[in-house]
Amino acid sequence: MRRAAAVLAVPALAGGLVAGCGGTGTSGGRVVNLYNAPQEHLAGIVARCNRRAGGAYRIVLNTLPRGADDQREQLVRRLAAADPGLDVLGMDVTWTAELAEAGWIREWTGGYAREARRGSLAAPLATAVRQGRLYAAPYNTNVQLLWYRSDLIPRPPATWAGLMKASRRLADARRPHYGEVTGAQYEGLVVWFNSLVASAGGRILSPDGERVDLGAPALTALATMRRFARSRAADPSMTNTREDDARLAVESGRGAYEINWPYVYASMAANRPAMLGRFRWAPYPGIGGPGRAPLGGANFGVSRYSRRPDASFRAALCLRDARSQRIAAVKDGLPPTLESVYDAPGMAQAYPMRHAILDALRTAVPRPLTPTYQNVSTISAVTLSPPGGIDPPRTLGRLRELIGDALESKGVLP
Amino acid sequence: MTAEGGLTRAGEAEAAYGANRLGGNRLDESRPDGSRADGSRPGEGRRSESRLSENRRSERRLGWALCAPAALIMLAVAGWPVVYSVLLSLQRYDLRFPGRKAWIGFANYATVLRSGFWWDAVEVTAVVTVVSVAVELVLGMAVALVMHRTLVGRGLVRTVVLIPYGIVTVAAAYGWKYAWTPGVGWLARLLPDGQAPLTEHWPAIGIILVAEVWKTTPFMALLLMAGLALVPDDVLKAASMDGATAWQRFTLVTLPLMRPAILAALLFRTLDAFRIFDDIYVLTAGAQNTSSVSVIAYHNLIGGLNLGIGSTMSVLIFAAVAVIAFVFVRVLGTSTPGQDG
Repeated sequence: MRRAAAVLAVPALAGGLVAGCGGTGTSGGRVVNLYNAPQEHLAGIVARCNRRAGGAYRIVLNTLPRGADDQREQLVRRLAAADPGLDVLGMDVTWTAELAEAGWIREWTGGYAREARRGSLAAPLATAVRQGRLYAAPYNTNVQLLWYRSDLIPRPPATWAGLMKASRRLADARRPHYGEVTGAQYEGLVVWFNSLVASAGGRILSPDGERVDLGAPALTALATMRRFARSRAADPSMTNTREDDARLAVESGRGAYEINWPYVYASMAANRPAMLGRFRWAPYPGIGGPGRAPLGGANFGVSRYSRRPDASFRAALCLRDARSQRIAAVKDGLPPTLESVYDAPGMAQAYPMRHAILDALRTAVPRPLTPTYQNVSTISAVTLSPPGGIDPPRTLGRLRELIGDALESKGVLP
Repeated sequence: MTAEGGLTRAGEAEAAYGANRLGGNRLDESRPDGSRADGSRPGEGRRSESRLSENRRSERRLGWALCAPAALIMLAVAGWPVVYSVLLSLQRYDLRFPGRKAWIGFANYATVLRSGFWWDAVEVTAVVTVVSVAVELVLGMAVALVMHRTLVGRGLVRTVVLIPYGIVTVAAAYGWKYAWTPGVGWLARLLPDGQAPLTEHWPAIGIILVAEVWKTTPFMALLLMAGLALVPDDVLKAASMDGATAWQRFTLVTLPLMRPAILAALLFRTLDAFRIFDDIYVLTAGAQNTSSVSVIAYHNLIGGLNLGIGSTMSVLIFAAVAVIAFVFVRVLGTSTPGQDG
């Protein structure tokens, strides 16, 4: 209720700002074009905001392609051409730095920034900040957890070494023993590596994103990946495994556990309800102690070339307010970035693991925040694949060299 | 030949002069300097034609004036992008860092030519080009012979053969992709469980080759069939009378006579295959080291937003295509369209 009151205050506050800069001009339509990834119930959220706007703006929903790379491609191509047809952009957390650095999205200031920051969890908010400035409003977040079958693994191990031991024990007992991880040559492999480096206490890039870090913890991470890929835990099809393959392997009974996003719970409930009772979650495994889970999610930005920036900021704030986030969370399985929403009605049924998500978010590790993330990720995935072929010191040397080139936009992408 | 024929009908001596001077090229014939050359020699017993000449000259001027805008637009549309990408290739220019834009000479070329990823792509492109064109030549020849010799239902046979070429490449590539995807594909079902051929290097290259060959063999066959029409039946009959076997007639009579058509078909297909993009883009998007030079250029330009590196690759591809064309035309003596075989 308190949240709702705060939301009601926004239009009034924003209205003052509009009067102040007069940027929206006299154009009649007041159309705000939203570009977002496919999301089943987003149209309902848009309709709700349009009703609330009372004619101040009218959001038109434009759906981007399904693949993340295709979405980014379409956005950056149009932004590079200074297309004024884009207003509010739904961005993966890894693009925010890139679009901000290129000068394609506006900084959030004043009342808009205060509203975007208020009540947000720290980890998702950090993905919207670049060099101390806010460039987006967090819309949804996500963390990977360890999902396991309690009939095979009574007590979930806290470390990768513990998982390998559990797999060995299960293999000796001729039970399902594969541990499903995202080992294919794509961004998921980099996400795994990034979390292992962070769990070992290191970083891929320096905090400002300007230099390569990759110290001794990276060596530990590489050695762990190699050991896991060569252990009894590794599924033979590991080098082809993406999130969905991992989910299917556990649902089909081949895998004993998986590292994955929370959507696997809803999927298990739908596909294998009989197994749901034994399907449990635990924190992301670490190296010596607790691990640091990968952080996902999406933010809303406002295009530099938007002709209605104020209406766009207000529209974006409505699209990610507490009510909108609850709809997205309960109906579309997108965990909220506002802490208060986790206690909202309906959340307990949709997210029995919500406390685990909140706990993981406290230490979750974002992917390297750099404008060249796309390049860093592509190059790392190629270098780390296949995980069983990693030669820690040599692979580390190659990663340092290639990522260094990528940061200076010198290198060649495969 | 057709150009000269047209000229002879248009106006005797003058046209013959023009044809001689301009090598029978119809486009050049209408050049204003061509008509100026005519007009500068009025005192050579052709006074009776001078009025006609005057008319024709103004007609040509009009024609040229009408053509000029189109020619200029063509130059701007086709010429400027080439020049522009050469200029881009000499700059450090990443769209995400507009502030760091600078002229850096040939540094991008050094970066690309020293990159292992680029040479991997060159290798993939070379393998795909050589293998697919070779297989297409053999299969295309077989199909061409069948189409040439078909007695009944000729139209139907030719239409059926051309179907793969008529299907949009991207749609066909998606067909192949799903066919090889475990769980949904009819071809993947033939493989042992747990096999995902598109996620491994050589199997993926193999599938790309199959898709390429399937799509363009009909095109090859069509070109070769035109070549088969050049072989006179009398020669084959004579060879047969002399006791040549079918294989001897094919290798010693048909193939040498078809040489111009074969070389032209090879030229077209080699240039096409070297620029392969759509099949790879859909089937693997370059994963598992299956990028061709065009795909890697696309990744750097559009995905990486690196206009400098991407343009460098485009210029290198352009140069490679030019070299291939040069080798075919000059070294192997391929005739190009509009030229006599």
